Amino acid sequence: MAIESLQRDGFLTTRLDEVINWARKNSLWPMPMGISCCAIEMMATASPRFDISRFGSEVMRFTPRQCDVMIVAGTVTYKMSKVVRKIYDQMPDPKWVISMGACASSGGMFRSYSVVQGIDQFIPVDVFVAGCPPRPEALLHGLMELQNKIEKERTIGSLVRKEPVWIPEMPVAGKAGQPA
Amino acid sequence: MTNSEVIAKLKTRFGDTVLATEEFRGDLTVTVKKEEIVRVAEFVKTEPDLAFDLIIDALGVDMYRPEGRFEVVYIIYSLNHKRYVRLKVRVDEENPVVPTVTGVWPGANWHERETFDMFGIRFSGHPDLRRMYMPEEFEHHPLRKDFPLMGIPDSLPLPRR
Repeated sequence: MAIESLQRDGFLTTRLDEVINWARKNSLWPMPMGISCCAIEMMATASPRFDISRFGSEVMRFTPRQCDVMIVAGTVTYKMSKVVRKIYDQMPDPKWVISMGACASSGGMFRSYSVVQGIDQFIPVDVFVAGCPPRPEALLHGLMELQNKIEKERTIGSLVRKEPVWIPEMPVAGKAGQPA
Repeated sequence: MTNSEVIAKLKTRFGDTVLATEEFRGDLTVTVKKEEIVRVAEFVKTEPDLAFDLIIDALGVDMYRPEGRFEVVYIIYSLNHKRYVRLKVRVDEENPVVPTVTGVWPGANWHERETFDMFGIRFSGHPDLRRMYMPEEFEHHPLRKDFPLMGIPDSLPLPRR
């Protein structure tokens, strides 16, 4: 058959989603949004001992324009929330957010008028990492969970990623449950 | 110069302006009249025996009482004589205005801004009395005792999600 001859010639067939997601999930460039002590653990994650580059995320860019995933590592105050949002807005799509540690995820021990009780109130978060601060292994686990999530994403057909996309069922000519 | 000598010096110079003095484990606190704080500050800075030339901190306290609700405390230090003293003034809730001491110690500038931000105590004559920590458009003063711990809902807007 034709497919077998293609395979003999070094080709393989796959879905476009698989290829694009494979590329995306293995080159997640982080935006190190290090706001407080979690940033120390984030730096340790980049160090040779834990080596975030095993997951293709060693390229910490200090400009949001070259980043794919924002790691919000630290306490976000109301005053800082506008800055975090502005940096998030400057990242090109597709983009993801890891909320690292108790403070970013829920306000943490800062149950106070000045601290946002969870950054999901103003930016969409993909992965929450627990801990105060989380160990580097926990951040790596969060990154791997994000990779699993990206693996299942649709790349074409949902150009606006964060909005729910409703794909209508194909119109069926025959009876219900039977191919047209 | 001992604490009692400092007290005596202030009392002979200012008399009734010194409302109260307090000593606790060698630390001296002198409460003075609010209106006279600049004169007292100038005196304790320029008088060679005292020479309190460095301001460590200026802060507010909300005592939450009917009379003289707030206090402003100036912690000052003499680099020559290596001694501290606290100056204290009482501030009413109705008219929380204190003359600024930035003319005497320029370092008081940001301390007074912080006190204004947190307690709403205004410092008349301050060169740049803006909020220190909270956003400019914020309307409350968080370290007042009647301010709720978790803040006032919708007083601090978040960006659109």
